[in-house]
Amino acid sequence: MNKAADHSGISSARSEAFAQRLHKRYAAERRFKALGLSAVLFSVAVLIFLLGTMLWNGVGGFQRVEVAVPVDLAAAGMAVDPTVLEQQNALPNLETQGLPQVVEAAAERVLGADAGEAIDPQAWRVVAEEIIANPQLARSSHVFYLPASPELAAGYEGEGSPEMRALAARLTTRGVLSKTFDVGFLSRSDATSAQHAGVWGALKGSFYTMIVTLLLAFPIGVLAAVYLEEYAPRNRWTDIIEVSINNLAAVPSIIFGLLGLAVFLTIFPNLRSAPLIGGMTLALMTMPVIVISGRNAIKAVPPSIRDGALAIGASPVQVVFHHVLPLALPGILTGTIIGMARALGETAPLLMIGMRAFISAPPDGFTAPASVLPVQIFLWSDEVDRGFVERTSAAIVVLLLFLLAMNGLAIYLRNRFEKKW
Amino acid sequence: MSIALLLLLALGLGLAGWLAARAKAWGFRRSGSVRLAALPAYHGWYLALWIVIPMVSFIVMWGAIAPGLITQSVLSDPAAAQLPAFGLQRQAMLSEARAVATGNAAAVFNPQAAALVEPYRAAIARYNTIGLLVTLLLGFAAGIYAWLRLKPDFAARTRVERAVMGILLIASLVAILTTLGIFASLVFETVRFFGMVGPLDFLFGLFWGPDPMSNPQTPDASRYGAIPLFWGTIYIGAIIAMIVAIPLGLMSAIYLTQYAPTGVRTWIKPALEILAGVPTVVYGYFAALTVAPAIRDIAVALGASNASSESALAAGLVMGVMIIPFVSSMADDSIAAVPAAMRDGSLALGATRSETIRRVLVPAALPGIVAGVMLAVSRAIGETMIVVMAASTAANLTANPLEAMTTVTVQIVAMLTGEGSFDHPATLSAFALGFVLFLVTLMLNFIALRVVKRFREAYE
Repeated sequence: MNKAADHSGISSARSEAFAQRLHKRYAAERRFKALGLSAVLFSVAVLIFLLGTMLWNGVGGFQRVEVAVPVDLAAAGMAVDPTVLEQQNALPNLETQGLPQVVEAAAERVLGADAGEAIDPQAWRVVAEEIIANPQLARSSHVFYLPASPELAAGYEGEGSPEMRALAARLTTRGVLSKTFDVGFLSRSDATSAQHAGVWGALKGSFYTMIVTLLLAFPIGVLAAVYLEEYAPRNRWTDIIEVSINNLAAVPSIIFGLLGLAVFLTIFPNLRSAPLIGGMTLALMTMPVIVISGRNAIKAVPPSIRDGALAIGASPVQVVFHHVLPLALPGILTGTIIGMARALGETAPLLMIGMRAFISAPPDGFTAPASVLPVQIFLWSDEVDRGFVERTSAAIVVLLLFLLAMNGLAIYLRNRFEKKW
Repeated sequence: MSIALLLLLALGLGLAGWLAARAKAWGFRRSGSVRLAALPAYHGWYLALWIVIPMVSFIVMWGAIAPGLITQSVLSDPAAAQLPAFGLQRQAMLSEARAVATGNAAAVFNPQAAALVEPYRAAIARYNTIGLLVTLLLGFAAGIYAWLRLKPDFAARTRVERAVMGILLIASLVAILTTLGIFASLVFETVRFFGMVGPLDFLFGLFWGPDPMSNPQTPDASRYGAIPLFWGTIYIGAIIAMIVAIPLGLMSAIYLTQYAPTGVRTWIKPALEILAGVPTVVYGYFAALTVAPAIRDIAVALGASNASSESALAAGLVMGVMIIPFVSSMADDSIAAVPAAMRDGSLALGATRSETIRRVLVPAALPGIVAGVMLAVSRAIGETMIVVMAASTAANLTANPLEAMTTVTVQIVAMLTGEGSFDHPATLSAFALGFVLFLVTLMLNFIALRVVKRFREAYE
């Protein structure tokens, strides 16, 4: 290189070429750092975009297009007996009494002859349920907010047939048609029409499934972690157990679905799509997660605790169950909650064991056919109706809120109870 | 009497036994001058375990076999003789009658099933009584046996602790049982499948198009070539997704560990964790609803006329985003495992930070990073919901990322969620595909864990 520079000391080391090289190297340094930052920012941007899209669409899913229709049952000549309303079969009774016709006639007075197409055919149920909840409403005229038909709802959004769009515009200017917050989304179950669909059935199914998963995976996982960390002799069997737990943690979830299909559904063929089978399948998937996090939590308890307890005469079982396990519990619980959150969002194995049927009634037990929230999202995502697109996003928002709550709880537990030794 | 009630009964009896045995042990302590060999609570646990363990094991076993016994006794009823001999109709009638008998349905739809309701009800009542009686008998017999053994000098604690160790061992054996269960169920169905379609046709055939409606006796082996599926899986999961995930994940890890100020790190790390915690069905919906149409529109605008709205690119890109946090945390771990002396030495020689990272840290951490990438690939190829929702079901052997492609997991879901019977090769092929997937992910994990272990040892 430059021979003169070599002999003339430091000042001349800052030659033109040196400065240029240094400049280049610093530029490369800045570029590299910017690259790293942009990689991080990209991930964050995708996350924000993803959540934003779901929220944006989901807001529409929590609402529905409703028509304000005054219904006067007394004037329509329909006498409603309050004692009938208290009975179990009040709804079918009202139907045979002619409530659907009364509601349709009332709707026709407001909407003209188009009422049949503008009001959802099941709209009378809304009236019936409100009357059952409050029999006073049957005595005088009361304005009910009835769900619009899917076609009219599409018209309100500026889609669908031109007639419906025109009708929607007319009704909106009259102040009869509006999009309002739909509390029922959280209390209804799956339906063929997006106007009637809700997530309660799926939430209940998820709840039952998670109970089964927790009851199976938590005790088995914690006990296995205790055994492997505290008592297991170093031999071939222990190695096999450890290897299989590590492998299970990495097996794709759909394989667990195949196991559930081939084993659990062969043993219990009548329990297709029951939360019990779903919970058992997810428990096998969650158990390794709990074992691994449980072992780490138990490992973190310092040996001095064990030595102290042993020294004052506790037996090995007492040492673990009286001292080590209570101290490791916050860590174990954190891992359990994270594993449960993963199970709550899991879809594929449940599709395998038949939890994909259309189920319009919330399950009333562990053996009743049920759906779960992620599967409900998957099923709705297949619907082409615009209303279902919004409902799907709204269901996703509900699911994400639950996951956020669970993860928040895990972080809280970790920060609040975890000891640094 | 449902299983849950029986279990509650067992727990209740166990609690009663616990209290009684503890009271008895207290009695020993008060009356006798002898020292108790174990604390009274251990006597309680001894009796409770003797009551609960036999009862619960019987209840679980009973829950598995009772439905079969009930069906059998219904079928031996004269009313069952007029049922159609085989097939779906027979099953439908049986389940209809069962639903009415258990109160899950109000009335039967099929008049023939109505005759079965009463036999069903009787059989259920009979077997419920038998189950309840045997459970109670077992509980009391075991309880009395244990009760008679309680003496002041009885070493209840050692017995209880031995039982606890047994329970712990059984709990950890569940993992082995699960692995065996997966292996056995996959192998069993795969062997049945290979009895119908040759393994060579399956593993090396170039055309995939099983017809679930065809005659199961004469399967057309040329329709069961899985190469297009393997290619689609590798193309989406191991190529497109990794092109996204490796650079972004690696650079994120480098930035977060080497450059980011603490304030940034405390905010960005949870964000990445959230990205990892988003359920795959949400990613799938995002891919199908937002990304796939956008990619098709862009491709059409750029002049690609055959762009599919179920393109491999959309599924791969979203899958890559899903994997970023995973790659990032693996890379983070391996870079952190490189001794600080190597980094300090490089910096001391005047290398800039980026030069240190590129020439020293990353090469030193490379085995760990490669292992992390292998784990990421194994996760990507086993990922189901994104591809089910965003990729196609049409098998397509092509290298064009804008065309529709299918994967192994998509086909497993497609074959098993249809109406096909369990004896059809199209249904069984799902198990063969699952078996291949299981073996490949197992192999990737095994190698990756080996590499990580050796790499850790090298620096410790």
